[in-house]
Amino acid sequence: MQYSNPDLPLIRFDLAVQFHNIAGLIVTFNYLIFVAGNLATKNGNYYRLEIAKLYKDLSLQLEYYLIGVFKKRPTPFPINEKRKFNPLQKVTYVATMYGLMPVIIVTGLALLFPEIIIEKIFQSSGFFLTAILHTIVGFMLSLFLVIHVYFSTMGSSPTSNFKSMVNGYHEPH
Amino acid sequence: MERLKSHISVNLFFKLTTLMRTKSLSALLLFLLITSTAVFGQLLVDMEATPASVESNQQCFECHTRQIYSYENDWSGLVERKAMNPNYILDSAAFHQGVHRHFACTDCHSPEYESFPHAAEARLEPMYSCMDCHGGDETYEQYHFELIEEEFYKSVHSTRYDDSFDCWMCHDPHAYKAMTRGDFKISEIVQNHNKTCIDCHNDAVKFSILTDSVRPDLALVHEFIPNYNLHLKAVRCIECHTAQEDTMWVAHQILEKEFAVKKCVDCHSSNTMLMASLYKYQNLEARQDGFLNAIILNNSYVIGANRNYIFNIISIVLFGLALLAIAVHVFFRIKNR
Repeated sequence: MQYSNPDLPLIRFDLAVQFHNIAGLIVTFNYLIFVAGNLATKNGNYYRLEIAKLYKDLSLQLEYYLIGVFKKRPTPFPINEKRKFNPLQKVTYVATMYGLMPVIIVTGLALLFPEIIIEKIFQSSGFFLTAILHTIVGFMLSLFLVIHVYFSTMGSSPTSNFKSMVNGYHEPH
Repeated sequence: MERLKSHISVNLFFKLTTLMRTKSLSALLLFLLITSTAVFGQLLVDMEATPASVESNQQCFECHTRQIYSYENDWSGLVERKAMNPNYILDSAAFHQGVHRHFACTDCHSPEYESFPHAAEARLEPMYSCMDCHGGDETYEQYHFELIEEEFYKSVHSTRYDDSFDCWMCHDPHAYKAMTRGDFKISEIVQNHNKTCIDCHNDAVKFSILTDSVRPDLALVHEFIPNYNLHLKAVRCIECHTAQEDTMWVAHQILEKEFAVKKCVDCHSSNTMLMASLYKYQNLEARQDGFLNAIILNNSYVIGANRNYIFNIISIVLFGLALLAIAVHVFFRIKNR
């Protein structure tokens, strides 16, 4: 919708709006399940950051992705029962799931029910700020999605992580 | 903007006069003020000064602002209280804020109205139309009255009805405000302009003055628009219902309903047609005030048309970089396999 242009109609605008609304509601519903699941089960523990070691751990993981992986070095934070995510994953997921997702859901719901938006924030239109925030965060999330899907191919074989998603078993490197 | 300028100059004028306290200097300053307003200001009406005919008009407003008026009956000697015809009740405050604020009632109405009871024939007096005063006069050139008239004659209001449909049907000369300039917020302009249409199109009685046909329910006929009420607050009816003419401030050629804009993308796109009308003057203002205001003042977010090309470009570049990085990574992974 952001790039819509009547001369190059990829999809009818009203249809795009409808799909977008439905997708938004599904995302909101799924997000609620995610939060509830993390609160109710031990899965939430995987998202706890170890702030003190964060910088060192991040560097190690980044080095692995930039250099180690090409030299067939072992992954510095292998997956085990206690650790589902490597430090880089953890930071990104925490930012995405606890930072960006709530923002996009709240702004999205506000745009779906525009009468609840505060009309003026510092001389500027509340609609404008909400919409811009929604657009920026939406963009960041789609950027995350592309990179996220690519990194899924970084398992022991390019398809092994996708298999894990279905069968639940992790294939070690 | 003009209003602000004249407001500032008036303030400055008073400060200086209190400071100097010399009559001759204040006279000189007054002269400077008048000339500077003439140079900077495009407003033809002095909105700051006391309305010129406030006292003589007070006599009319005494009764014509009230629902109940009273008068002394010469025959019986009694003070009688009567209900005023609702069509003849005016808002004196709105009159004094309108563009015709300096006029005396009898400038346009028959002097016979100065006596009471009013002569019955006075009611049949021919009324001035807009063009009687504003037509063919260079003073009003910027308002394009001739073009408005030309467009009006092509509009459904004129072609579907006889000459009884005149400017006054929509525009009340007693309270008319010029609201097309950059010194009003878009939301105020939208509200004001839409009120002009809705006053009749959402009022069964007023609508029936012109036609016996059933008044269409506005919410029902606009059902295809998502969030109709929000659209009504954000854009003007004329955005979709007129032929847009670039030189016009306010388009007057109201089209048959078949020709109304119905495609979402006509507005919701990067080359939105709203740029030619509603946002045109706001944008001029934004361009004058610099880059930051161009982003913030364009508080006119239309989904798919926020016109922040900067965002579009940044987003595409970042996506490109991410894809490039992935491609490089893939390349080395394959190479070192």
